[in-house]
Amino acid sequence: MKQWRFEVFNRAGFADVHGASVLEEIKELGIHSVEAVQSATVFLIEADPSTPRLRSGQAALGTGFDKDFARRLGKELLTDPVCEEYYIGRSRAPAGLAKATLIEVHLKSGVTDPVAESVMTAIADMGVEAGNVRTARKYVLLGDITPSQTDTIAKKILANDCIEEVVIGNEAEPPSSHLKPYELQIVHWPIRDLDDDGLIALSKEKDLFLNLVEMQTIQKYYQQLAKEPTDIELEAIAQTWSEHCVHKTLKSSVDMSIDGKQVHFDNLLKETVFNATKELNKKWCISVFVDNAGVVEFDEDSAVCFKVETHNHPSALDPYGGSATGIGGVIRDPMGTGLGAKPIANTDIFCFGEPDKKLEDIPKGVLHPRRIMKGVVAGVRDYGNRMGIPTVNGAIYFDDRYLANPLVYCGNIGLMDKHKCFENPQSGNLVIVVGGRTGRDGIHGATFSSGQMTHEYETIFSHAVQIGNPITEKKMLDVLLQANKVGLYEAIADCGAGGLSGAVGEMGKELGVEVNLEKVPLKYAGLNYTEIWISEAQERMVVAVKPENLEAIMKIFDGENVQATVIGKFTGDKKLTLRYNGQEVAKLDMEFLHEGIPKYSRKAVWKTPQLTEPSIPEKNNYNKQLLQILSSYNVASKEWVIRQYDHEVQGNSVVKPLVGVNNDGPGDGAVIKPKFDSDKGLAISCGMNPMYGDIDPYWMALAGIDEAIRNLICVGGRVDRIALLDNFCWGDCTKPETLGPLVRAAQACYDGAIAFEAPFISGKDSLNNEFSCEDGTQISIPSTLLISAMSLVDDIKTCVTMDAKKASNLLFIVGETKNELGGSHYYKIHGQLGANVPKVDLETAPKIAGKISAAIADGLVASCHDCSEGGLAVALAEMAFAGGLGIEADLRGLPKAADCSRIDTQLFSESNSRYIVEVEPGNYDAFAKMMLNLPFGQIGKVTEEKTLVIKARDGKAVIKLDLDSLKQAWQKPFDW
Amino acid sequence: MAEVRAIVLRAAGINCDMETEYALEQAGAKAECVHINRLIEDKKLLEQFQIIVFPGGFSYGDDVAAGKILANQIIHHLSEPLQKFIDDGKLVLGICNGFQVLVKTGILPGNGSAKQEAVTITYNDSGKFEDRWVYLAPQTGKCIFIEPGRQIYLPIAHGEGKVVTKDEAMLEELKAEGHIAFKYVDENGEEGDYPINPNGSMGSIAGLTDSTGRVLGLMPHPERHVRPTQHPRWSRLYKIGGTRDEGRETRDADGTTIFNNAVKYIQKNF
Repeated sequence: MKQWRFEVFNRAGFADVHGASVLEEIKELGIHSVEAVQSATVFLIEADPSTPRLRSGQAALGTGFDKDFARRLGKELLTDPVCEEYYIGRSRAPAGLAKATLIEVHLKSGVTDPVAESVMTAIADMGVEAGNVRTARKYVLLGDITPSQTDTIAKKILANDCIEEVVIGNEAEPPSSHLKPYELQIVHWPIRDLDDDGLIALSKEKDLFLNLVEMQTIQKYYQQLAKEPTDIELEAIAQTWSEHCVHKTLKSSVDMSIDGKQVHFDNLLKETVFNATKELNKKWCISVFVDNAGVVEFDEDSAVCFKVETHNHPSALDPYGGSATGIGGVIRDPMGTGLGAKPIANTDIFCFGEPDKKLEDIPKGVLHPRRIMKGVVAGVRDYGNRMGIPTVNGAIYFDDRYLANPLVYCGNIGLMDKHKCFENPQSGNLVIVVGGRTGRDGIHGATFSSGQMTHEYETIFSHAVQIGNPITEKKMLDVLLQANKVGLYEAIADCGAGGLSGAVGEMGKELGVEVNLEKVPLKYAGLNYTEIWISEAQERMVVAVKPENLEAIMKIFDGENVQATVIGKFTGDKKLTLRYNGQEVAKLDMEFLHEGIPKYSRKAVWKTPQLTEPSIPEKNNYNKQLLQILSSYNVASKEWVIRQYDHEVQGNSVVKPLVGVNNDGPGDGAVIKPKFDSDKGLAISCGMNPMYGDIDPYWMALAGIDEAIRNLICVGGRVDRIALLDNFCWGDCTKPETLGPLVRAAQACYDGAIAFEAPFISGKDSLNNEFSCEDGTQISIPSTLLISAMSLVDDIKTCVTMDAKKASNLLFIVGETKNELGGSHYYKIHGQLGANVPKVDLETAPKIAGKISAAIADGLVASCHDCSEGGLAVALAEMAFAGGLGIEADLRGLPKAADCSRIDTQLFSESNSRYIVEVEPGNYDAFAKMMLNLPFGQIGKVTEEKTLVIKARDGKAVIKLDLDSLKQAWQKPFDW
Repeated sequence: MAEVRAIVLRAAGINCDMETEYALEQAGAKAECVHINRLIEDKKLLEQFQIIVFPGGFSYGDDVAAGKILANQIIHHLSEPLQKFIDDGKLVLGICNGFQVLVKTGILPGNGSAKQEAVTITYNDSGKFEDRWVYLAPQTGKCIFIEPGRQIYLPIAHGEGKVVTKDEAMLEELKAEGHIAFKYVDENGEEGDYPINPNGSMGSIAGLTDSTGRVLGLMPHPERHVRPTQHPRWSRLYKIGGTRDEGRETRDADGTTIFNNAVKYIQKNF
C-alpha cells in the first residue's frame, strides 16, 4: 500500500473563510501576535497501485491508483476548480518574513470520519479502489508566537482533545488506525465473596456507578445462581439500572420536610407528574410516559409525539459533538416511538455561563462559555439541518452556575399513523440492527451521565463522547419510513443510552432474547464482546422482524445502501442470552435485569429562604433600565443562533421564530402545518425561569408552565389540547437540600397540569449536574425545570404574531400586574434577587388563556404578546420594534393589585398570566365583551411615530425611547 | 393535454424532496421522488419523465464541498441519460444543493469545460449557514421557468451559496450571454451588500441558467413559498390591520411561478 498525501488550499485571491474565523477566535483569546491563519484540508489516501481500476460489470481499465489518477483525483474531486488548488505531498511553510507555525489536527484512531467515507465512495464511483482514507486539517499560523501560545491555540480553538490529536511542526503524522482483530477471552468479575468495601471498590474501579445496596443485590443474585458474573453481565446491569435509564431518584420513595412539616411519597413521580395525567384522563392522550415519546392525537388519521432530552455532560466536554449527538439522539426517540414517527420539528433550549466571562475565571477542566455556546449551536445546526428537520423553537438562559455544567435540551416532534402507536414484538421475530456501525465511541455514556463531573473528567471520560454522522441517520430514517409504511416490522427501538444493551434489552424485556455479538457490524476490528454490547455509537436502531418479512425489508435497506444485519432473535424464555462465536458470554433473567433494582428511599428538605425585598429608590424616568434589560443576555435577540438553524425545511412553517416587519422580532411560540393536505396546525413552545427557583422552585415550575402555555395561546393554540413535557435538571439529589426543591417543583407540576387541564405526556431528568473544581469547590447548577408544550391549531389561517400591526389599533392588557419583582430582570440589573416571586393564580390563569385563545380564533386579535422577562415594558418595546410602529401606553389603564403602586413595579414586574393584545377599533366591543369578568384594561394604542412612550400617574412619560435605540439595545449583545 | 411527469431525485442526505414533490403536484405535474440508485440501475427510467428536479439537502453530508460527491456520482454514472434528457428539450431544475450539484457537474452554466472550471459555488462570506428571506430580480427573458419582470420573495437556507467566477471577465461573459437567472436585490429591486446579498455572491448572482433556458439552478427555495402562509409576514400582509383579506390570500405565492411555468412549458411542447 502506498499512502498519497493531498493538501488542498485556497487559491490566492479567494477568501479563506475558515482561516479567518480561526484568526478571530485567536484574537478573542487575547493573542494578538498572529497576523494571519491559512487553513488547508489534508487527505491521506492509501491505495495499492497494482490493483487494476474496475468498473462494476466491466473489464479492468488500465492500471490502478497511479500518479495520473492521483492528479485526476486532486483536480476533479478534492479541489474546487475556481477557489482551490491541491498539492501532492507535504507543502512547505510559505516563504516570507513572518514566522510560520504548522499545526495539523487529526482524528484519533477509531473516531468516525464521515468525509473519508464519502471520499472512498467517490473514488469507487471513479472506478478505482482505495484502501483507506483519512482526513485532517492543517493550519499555518503566521506571526511570532511562543510554544505555549501555540499549545493554547491548538487546545482551545483548533482541536478537541477528546476526539482529536494535534501534531505541531512539520514531519510527524499519527499512525494509521489499523487495529488488531479481537480474540475471544471471557472475563469474570468475581463478586460473591466480596465484603462491602470490596463491592464499592468494584463498582468504582469498573465505572459502574452502582451504590452499595445495588451491588449487594447483584451479589445476592449471583450467590443464588452459584456462579460469578461475567464482565458483560455486570455492565448490562449497570447500564439498565443507571439513573439515566431508570430515573431511580424520581421514582424513589421520598420523605420530605417542608418547613418542618413532613410529607411522604411512595413514588415521587407517580404521585405528582404522572398522577395529574392519570386524573385528567384525556382521551386524546394515546400513549404517555411508556414509550420513547409521549403520543397525542392530531386528527382522525394521525398522531403527534414529542420528546425532549438533555445531553449535558457530553456537551461540557465536546460542545459540538455533544450537542450534535444530543439532537441526533432525540430525533431517534420519535423514530422509535410506537412503530415509528416521521420527525417534523426540533426544539433547542440551552443554559450557559455568561459569554463575556474572563478566561482566568474559568475553572480548570472547563471550556469557556463562549466556546461552549458556539460549539453547541454549531452541533445542533449541523445535525438538525442535515437531517432536514426544522428547528422551530428554543431559548437560551445565562447564569454563571452553568459554567461547568452547560445544559443542552434537545427536543423532537414526530408525526405518525394513529393506528401504529404501539409495537408488538413476538417470539421468533428476528433482531435486526440498522444504520451505523458499532465502534468504541460512547462507551459508558449512560453511566457517565449519571455521575458528577470533575476537573479530571476530560481525560477519564473522553471515550464517553459520541461522534455523530447525520447523513447515516437520514439514510436510516428514509428506509425505516418506507418499511413502516408497508408494515414490515413488529417493533422498533433506538440505540441511545446503553446502546444495544438498552435497545435490545428493553425490547426483549417480556419475551427474552438471544444475540450473537460477533454478527454486529463494526467500524473497525478489535472491539470485545462487552464493548459491542454497551457502545453508544450513534445512528443505530433495532427492529423486530418476522422471518417471512426478512427478504422484503432487506431489499428496502439494500436499495439505499443502508446497512442492516440480523444479530439474534426473540425467544420467549424470558432470558437475555449473549453469545460470541457460539460461546455464551452472558445469561441473565430479564426479570432481575429490569425489575431487580432495589427501590430507593430518599430524604428531602425544603426550608423557605428568609429573603427580603431590596429598597431601590424610585425615579422619574426608566429609559436606562429598560435599555439595560433589553441588552441583558437572557432577553436579547437570539437571531444569531436562530438564523443558523433551518427553520423552514419540510415546508411546514406557519409562525416562524422570527416575526415582524423586518423578520427579526421575537416570536412567542412556533406554529407548523404537519400535513400538506390539511390546514390543521401544531403550536410549539417552552417556558423556563431558573431565577425564580432561587426563591421558590414551586413558583418557578408554575411560572414555567404558565409561560409555555402563554406562548402557545399567543400564536393561536387551542387551550383544551395542551400537552406538557417536563425536563428536570438538578444538582446532586442524594443531598436532601437539593432534592427538596425538586419535590417542590414536582408538586407544582401536578397543580399546574390539573389547573390548566394540560396533562404531562413525557419527561426526563438529568441529575448530578455538579462540578468538583481542582480546589475542591463544588459548583451546582440552579434548579432548572424546562417545560415544553404543544397544542393544536384548528385553522392555521387564524394564527397571529406578536408584532404591532397598524397605527390607531388599540392595546389591551389582560391579567393582573402584581408587586412581583422577585427573581426579575429589573432586580438582576440592580444585583438583587428579592423575595416576591411571581405566583400563578390557578383559578384565573386558565380562564384568561381560554378567553384569549377564543378571541384569536374569532379573528378579533391583530397581535398578541405575553409579558415575561422584563415585564410589561419589555413586552411593549418588543411589539413596537418588531412591528416598526410606535406605541403610546398609559399605566393608568393597567389592571393592578393594590400593593402595586410603584412605577418601576408596574413597568417591570414579571407577574404571570398577562397578555398584551392589539385590537382593531371596530372589534373593541366584541373583544371587551369576551373579556368581561377578567382583569383587563386598555393601556394604549399603536402609533405612526416610531417611539415607545409609557406614561404614568400624571400623564408624564416615564419611558420615551425611539424604536431604533430599543432595537439596537436588544440586538447588540449577540451581534456576533 | 399530456400528463406532465416530474422526477425529484433523492440521494443520501437530500431532504427537501417531499415539499418539492408537493410543489410540483400543486402546479399540476405528476411528481415522484426517486432514489438515484434506481436511475443508475435502470438508465432508461429517466425517459419516462419530462422534468427532473435536483432538490435541496446535504447530499453525502456536503463532504469535500457542497454537492461535490453527488456531482461526481452523476458524472460517472448518469452523464449520458441526463445529457439526452436535456438534448430532448426537457427541463432541469436545481434548488440549493441541487444548484450546487448542477454547477459542480458542469451542467450549469454549461457550454463546455471552459466555464465549468471558471464558475463555482463556495462558502458564504459570513462563514456560516443562514436561513433568511431574500428578494430576487429576474435577469433574463429566455429562461422558461421565470416570469419576466416579476420580482419574487423566497427563503435561502445554506452555508455554501456564494457564486464565484474565476475573474471579472467570466462574470461579464455570464451576463452578456444571459446566464444570470436571478440576482439578489432589496424590496425596491436594488442590489446591495449583506444581508440583501446574503452570501456575498459575485454580481449578486442567486441563480444561473444554461444557454437553452431549460436548465435553472438557484440557491433560494421556491418550494418553501407555495402557500401564502409560508410568507414570513403573512399575518401582516394577508390580515391587513388584523382583519383577513381574502383577496390577497388567494394570490399565488411567489415560489409557485417557477413550478407553474415548468409544467405549462411541458404541456405546450410535449
